[in-house]
Amino acid sequence: MSSYLIRGAAVVGGEPTDLLLRDGIVAEAGRGLSAKGAEVVDADGLVALPGLVDLHTHLREPGREDAETVDSGSRAAALGGYTAVCAMANTSPVADTAGVVEQVWRLGREAGLVDVQPIGAVTVGLAGERLAELGAMADSAARVRIFSDDGNCVADPRLMRRALEYVKAFDGVIAQHAEEPRLTEGAQMHEGIESARLGLPGWPAVAEEAIIARDVLLAEHVGARLHVCHVSAAGSVEILRWAKRRERLTGRPSKVTAEVTPHHLLLTDDRAAGYDPVFKVNPPLRTAEDVAALRAGLVEGVIDAVATDHAPHAVQDKECEWGYARPGMLGLETALSIVVDALLDDLGWDGIADRMSRAPARIAGLADHGHDPAKGRPANLTLIDPSATWTVEPTALASRSRNTPYAGFTLRSRVVATFLHGQPTVLDGKVLR
Amino acid sequence: MNIRHLLSASDLDRRDATAVLDTATEMAAMARREVKKLPTLRGKTVVNLFYEDSTRTRISFEAAAKRLSADVINFSAKGSSVSKGESLKDTALTLQAMGADAVVIRHPASGAPHRLAHWIDGTVLNAGDGTHEHPTQALLDAYTMRSRHGRIEGLKVAIVGDVLHSRVARSNVHLLHTLGAHVTLVAPPTLIPVGVTGWPVDVGYDLDAVLPGADVVMMLRVQRERMTDSFFPSEREYARRYGLDADRVRAMPSHAIVMHPGPMNRGMEIAPEVADSARSTIVEQVANGVSVRMAVLYLLLGGVK
Amino acid sequence: MAYHEAVQPKIIITGADLARIVDRIAHQILEKTDGARDTILLGVPTRGVPLAHRLAARIRAFEGVEVPVGTLDITLYRDDLRLRGARALGPTDLPPGGIDGRRVILVDDVLFSGRTIRAALDALADLGRPRIVQLGVLVDRGHRELPIRADYVGKNIPTSIDESVRVMLTETDGTDEVRITGKDTA
Repeated sequence: MSSYLIRGAAVVGGEPTDLLLRDGIVAEAGRGLSAKGAEVVDADGLVALPGLVDLHTHLREPGREDAETVDSGSRAAALGGYTAVCAMANTSPVADTAGVVEQVWRLGREAGLVDVQPIGAVTVGLAGERLAELGAMADSAARVRIFSDDGNCVADPRLMRRALEYVKAFDGVIAQHAEEPRLTEGAQMHEGIESARLGLPGWPAVAEEAIIARDVLLAEHVGARLHVCHVSAAGSVEILRWAKRRERLTGRPSKVTAEVTPHHLLLTDDRAAGYDPVFKVNPPLRTAEDVAALRAGLVEGVIDAVATDHAPHAVQDKECEWGYARPGMLGLETALSIVVDALLDDLGWDGIADRMSRAPARIAGLADHGHDPAKGRPANLTLIDPSATWTVEPTALASRSRNTPYAGFTLRSRVVATFLHGQPTVLDGKVLR
Repeated sequence: MNIRHLLSASDLDRRDATAVLDTATEMAAMARREVKKLPTLRGKTVVNLFYEDSTRTRISFEAAAKRLSADVINFSAKGSSVSKGESLKDTALTLQAMGADAVVIRHPASGAPHRLAHWIDGTVLNAGDGTHEHPTQALLDAYTMRSRHGRIEGLKVAIVGDVLHSRVARSNVHLLHTLGAHVTLVAPPTLIPVGVTGWPVDVGYDLDAVLPGADVVMMLRVQRERMTDSFFPSEREYARRYGLDADRVRAMPSHAIVMHPGPMNRGMEIAPEVADSARSTIVEQVANGVSVRMAVLYLLLGGVK
Repeated sequence: MAYHEAVQPKIIITGADLARIVDRIAHQILEKTDGARDTILLGVPTRGVPLAHRLAARIRAFEGVEVPVGTLDITLYRDDLRLRGARALGPTDLPPGGIDGRRVILVDDVLFSGRTIRAALDALADLGRPRIVQLGVLVDRGHRELPIRADYVGKNIPTSIDESVRVMLTETDGTDEVRITGKDTA
């Protein structure tokens, strides 16, 4: 395997540093390092971040390979600066057995562009009725630690309690898609002024807030970890703030974590005005007040991480009437640019490294990831040009699908290179394969 | 008119809306002629693309287009390629290839006309999309109010019933506001949208309190199926609290009129004797529909794009 | 916009002249129709309408005959809609008894290409079957594009194609006057 010398990168926005990558780790870090047979990568003007980790990605394989495969999703991830992604379980068949999670894990290794960490379903078939074989999935080669019925909510409170308790045995965590299904039957977009005007059934914020409130109390009661997926409402941020304050005040270790998507940090429900289903997503885009609260929550750390909820959909599932379209947006390739645009001033590179790499790696239990590039650390990192601009062209994205809400947007900052275990997956903004 | 499509009643400013009503008045005169035909849209093709059963609205648009000498093609969902699963986009491309100058679309999904407008060059007329809007219904309602009351500005209009699911209500709220009328919505709280705070209307839950001050009472159709979804407990309770019966009509001012977009649930939101009374405009609303639709077709298609 | 060499509109018929011309047309109608029996006047909006009313009033003054007056809007029959865009409609009001079997005299202010009158003939055909149709105009300015001629002409005014003839009537414009404006003025 080759060695690489990254020259003059601003590590987490700091002083320009040289990084020598060898045998999968950062062998040396300093100034004026000599190449010693390594391939040189000029990183002048670039920022080096720990490789990004996505807690929430839909790779669609097995079952919907027309929309995305583990391979195409891995390419998109690497281009987005990711070195690890957690693949959600709502595939076909559902990833509710050791067999399916191992299949996804193997596909990830074969693609070799990003560490694919499969997520296991909480319930059999995502039906919300009985627990899946969580232990078998944890013990499998995929070493599943995050379990989620995402797409569906684990709505039955007793079943959620059992799930929260059961995974304590192997330090697992339930990642809840918070949506009280009886309050969102037929819902198409955020319930508010826009939905009333557009004549689309509404998805009230309270359907999310009520489940989060219930789950943080349940998790506290049984002493379990809880992770909340794609927080979308201001009220949810307040509940999480309250829950974390309780943890601090009672001296308990922090067990509640939460994530937010890039699109919920930027887009609002008025985007639905033309009924273009590229803006249809679950949970839905909400109001400017919600966006502000989510940004504040992420900066404060009440929300621990950014997770893309990358949700590819085939053309016929998006080029149709709003009511018939499947919800979901692409996210892997645009995530970093969106977050940098929205929050670099408030978070700084250190904050971005934390929310997009360190915290998600910790939550997912991925020991090799989330390490700032430094001597002795695993060489999973990404190089970013903070001054580059690029325009989003849906057909030019690596994903098999085209449903990005940012078509035509000009975004700031671009991933130039990504290194996975010391080997480049992306150089000069192109995937190496 | 400087709009290209009619997708929402809010597409029309006061000037355009008034132009439609004035033009409809002249079109109405045509109905009394022996030769009920004008050459104005000769050579233009109007397609009726109806994904929902609605014989009445479709016939109304068809009559309107034919009276202006346009060629009419009816494309109904049942038994066509649509029922075999052809997407709206593919249907649109077929219509485009056929050279349709205008497509009148009725569809169960809110926003379908907006998507259609994306895919064809012709003019799109919304004949009712899901629970979003039904602009020509609002126009014929306004025309009816104007012919009975002589004006619209300053009229007090009560819209009663399932506002939450009503495209007729949404279009009427927009148009009546544009034309200077004052709207009060009356319904059980479950049938008023949460986002109504953004609408230029008053909201009341007590029908008896609103009736004495109303110049126009517009009753909306209430589907019995809403009962299973617990929007109201029973037909009886709904009719008792929000139904327009003969007693309630007596509480209305003597000049006030009763309107209904149809089809009616006789005995639910409106008592049969009220529907058949002289105060009721239900039958003339249908006739006015053809004149108004002729006006809309003329103003959108009669000139160059 | 500056008018470097402002060309003033030329007044070719004054108020007094206009009244005399209307009188003359009224006499001509009485003469050619043998006393205006079984005749109706239909004014083409906009200015054909007040003209038709004036003619009826003069005919009444001269011989006590009541000639019914109506209006005939021809917008929906125009052949240039596709070029000019959908315009607002004017009223069409036929006098009681309609037009069947009667003499209809169309009344308009200016006869130019003839297309307005062609549209009016199509409109009449859809409204009924007059016995005879005649045409009376205040001004004939030439440049016909169709084989149409007026039976009663107030004044023949030769014009060049890029000039414009403007008829002003008290009922619609506050004064009685006919002007020609040249190519250089707005």
